[in-house]
Order: sequence, then structure tokens, then C-alpha cells
Amino acid sequence: MNIYLQLFSSFAKIGAFTIGGGYAMIPLIQREVVERKKWLDKEEFLDVLAISQSAPGILIINISIFIGEKMRGVKGSIVSALGSALPSFIMILVIAYFFENYKDNEIVARIFQGIRPAVVALIAVPLITLSKSANLNIYTSFIPIITVLLIVLLGISPIWIILSGALLGLFHFYFTRR
Amino acid sequence: MIYLNLFITFFKIGLFTFGGGYAMISLIQTEIVVNKQWIDAATFTDIVAISQMTPGPIGINSATYVGYTVTGNVWGSALATFAVCLPSFIIILLIALLYKQFKQNRWFNAALKGIKPVVVGLIASAAILLVTPDNFVDWKSWALFGGAFVATWWGKKSPITIIIVAGLLGLLLY
Repeated sequence: MNIYLQLFSSFAKIGAFTIGGGYAMIPLIQREVVERKKWLDKEEFLDVLAISQSAPGILIINISIFIGEKMRGVKGSIVSALGSALPSFIMILVIAYFFENYKDNEIVARIFQGIRPAVVALIAVPLITLSKSANLNIYTSFIPIITVLLIVLLGISPIWIILSGALLGLFHFYFTRR
Repeated sequence: MIYLNLFITFFKIGLFTFGGGYAMISLIQTEIVVNKQWIDAATFTDIVAISQMTPGPIGINSATYVGYTVTGNVWGSALATFAVCLPSFIIILLIALLYKQFKQNRWFNAALKGIKPVVVGLIASAAILLVTPDNFVDWKSWALFGGAFVATWWGKKSPITIIIVAGLLGLLLY
């Protein structure tokens, strides 16, 4: 099979079968590109993963662009990204079409009335694990608190806070290196 | 004009998302619900719920959904989805060129270290901003929130199970 077609179909498969996004996708991607297709070895895959995680953007899109580029340059990256985005694009388009027409339906409204608070809980739970992995200490735990106050109370865009966080990291490194 | 607006907004979201899907939520929310007011907080919560139940990343899902609701057609969806992915293309292709240098760049890692605690705050804000009168209508909403929290944290139940059970309870309770 043509390599472009292979890239497209491999990433479309990953895009179509990983629910929940992000980290749930990683073992599936690894099985497909390392074990089945042998496009990368394990070491290279871990490098791709580390860089895709630290670059901004959507993780699976970053990974597919990176692997596509390694295989067939810019054209390969476009085909791979298209493959991973297309299944959710089509599915959400269909759902958006129906949901916009049915969300005022009494049954649908009742179901989503129950789902909404649960979604807030789904977002709140990872906070606990994430605060642990961010290695917060007495000094750095002020950062998330200030972030919340700026966003929730003052309506400041997260973009400015992310940039400030990056600058803070750079200053800290500049003054503490050697 | 709305198309240009849509493009710029989702390009910004793609460019400034660090720390994965949940961190992206507060960025999308500030831009789309608070600043542009293209959709309300309740609809946004529904999109998050739908994203959790369907395959694919939340960034793509919200771009597709919002693009559709704002313009009423497929082109809006396609444009927003393209815009949210474009920064990734530029950045990853640049990194692929400078692969070796990038891997050991201590300055870049230092900047990332500063972003990490911010991401914790971003996710907390996303959760707090979704506590609206539309999402929490009465004490039953809080009971559902508490139940979902406990089931996810201690019960290790998957988001799909949580959403399906919460939907059924919603049907029974309301």
C-alpha cells in the first residue's frame, strides 16, 4: 500500500478509536507506529512523544505531524494530521447538526441537566494528580492560586498568564544556573 | 468577518495550549464563552461532555462544533479545525528541523517549568468557571457533582461510564 495511504489510515484508525483523548491514545499510537508499522523504534517514539508533549497544541496532532514529517516530509505530515483529525471532525459535525436541533427537546435537556455537573467533576479530579506531578512547593503553589484569581475574578486571558509563567521559568533559570 | 475572527481565535487557542485537553478547556472557554460570547457556558459544558464520549481530542471537537454553531455551515467547522492545528504544523516542522538542539535546550525547558504550575491553575479555573446557575440548578446538581467526583477519584470509573450514568440519573431526577 502507498505510504501516504498507510499514514492516513493508521492515524485515522487512532483518531477513530481513542475516546477521552490525550494520554489514552499513547499506547495505541505506540502499538500502531512502533510495533505494527515499524516506522520508528521505541527510543525514537519516546523522543517524538516528549517533544510533542512540550510543544503547544493538540497532542495527537503534534505526534502525527512529527511522525508524518519523519516519514515523508511536509506532505507526509499533512496527510497524517488530516488522518487523525478527520474521524472526530465528521463525527462532531453530525452530532452538532442534530444537537443544535434537538437540544431543546425535553428528554435531551433532562439528560444533559444530569451530565453537566458530572463534567465539572471530571475536570476537577485531574487537578489532584496534576498538582502532584507539577511538584508544587510553598513558593510555586502561589502560581496556580494567582492564575485562578486572575482568570476567574479579573477575566484575564490565560494566554498572558502562560507567557508570564514561561518568563518566570526563564528568570528563575537565569538567576540560579551554574 | 466572522470567518477571520473564527480563524484568529482558534489559531490563538492552538498556539497557547500547553498541558493537554483539560488545560485547553479554560483557554477555549475564556476566548469563546467569555470574550466572544459565541456560545453560553451550558452549551460549552455539553460540548465537553460530547467530547468525552466521542473519540478524538477536545481541541478538534470544540473547534468543529463551535465553527458549525457560529457560522451554521461545514466551512466554519473546517476553518476553525484547520486554524487550531496550524500552529502545531509551524512549530513541529520547525522543531523537526532543529531536532537535536531542541532536545537539550535548557532555556526551553526552563520556560516549560514555569508554565507547569500555571496549567494547574488553568484547569482549576476551567472547573470553577463551569459552576454556573445553568449547570448547577439545584441540590441534585451538587449531588451529581459529588457522586461523579467520588466515582472518578476513588472508584477509578472511566469518563464514559460517568457521563452515561449521570445522563440516566438526569432523566430520572428532572
